[in-house]
Amino acid sequence: MMAIVLTIAFALVAAASALSFWRLLIGPSGPDRILALDTLYINTIALLILAGIHLGSDLYFEAALLIAVIGFVGTVSLCKYLLRGDIIE
Amino acid sequence: MLLDILLSLLILAGAVFTFIGSLGLARLPDFYTRLHAPTKATTLGVGSLLIASSLYFSNQGEGISLHEILVTLFLFITAPVSAHLLGKAGLHQNLPSVGEKETERDLS
Repeated sequence: MMAIVLTIAFALVAAASALSFWRLLIGPSGPDRILALDTLYINTIALLILAGIHLGSDLYFEAALLIAVIGFVGTVSLCKYLLRGDIIE
Repeated sequence: MLLDILLSLLILAGAVFTFIGSLGLARLPDFYTRLHAPTKATTLGVGSLLIASSLYFSNQGEGISLHEILVTLFLFITAPVSAHLLGKAGLHQNLPSVGEKETERDLS
């Protein structure tokens, strides 16, 4: 049962990544694209967790944690750039 | 068997919520509604996936698995912060919202 559910979950999260990427391509404004990137890295975390369960290895959480930290820093710095025209003043 | 059913339900719920969040991001009409969809649904989706993963690795016989708690805590702290900054960036750029367009049409 777990194998079937994992296959369905992989398909759903991959479709979610594709939809976020679609918004990243067509997004009419800058904040839309930043939001799409934010959603894309969270989808990547979900995909890594699913891969960890599927392969039975807990090494993937380190990668998920790194992606979470770096994605957050990227979102904040892009928003600061849009807000202030500069990242470190 | 019971654990299998619980894990399957949690994984399915997490994947479905992740998908709904990205569907809202792709389909909703203006920036502020698009900001609403993934920031809540995706955090809930990844949260239940992490609970499922924690349960799964805790039952592998190597003790309680606590890596997931770290990722969950970090995501739950940073998601509102980045959503707040994105909303501020959208307001700063005067992005149009659906309600504004309708009232402008009513006035003109």
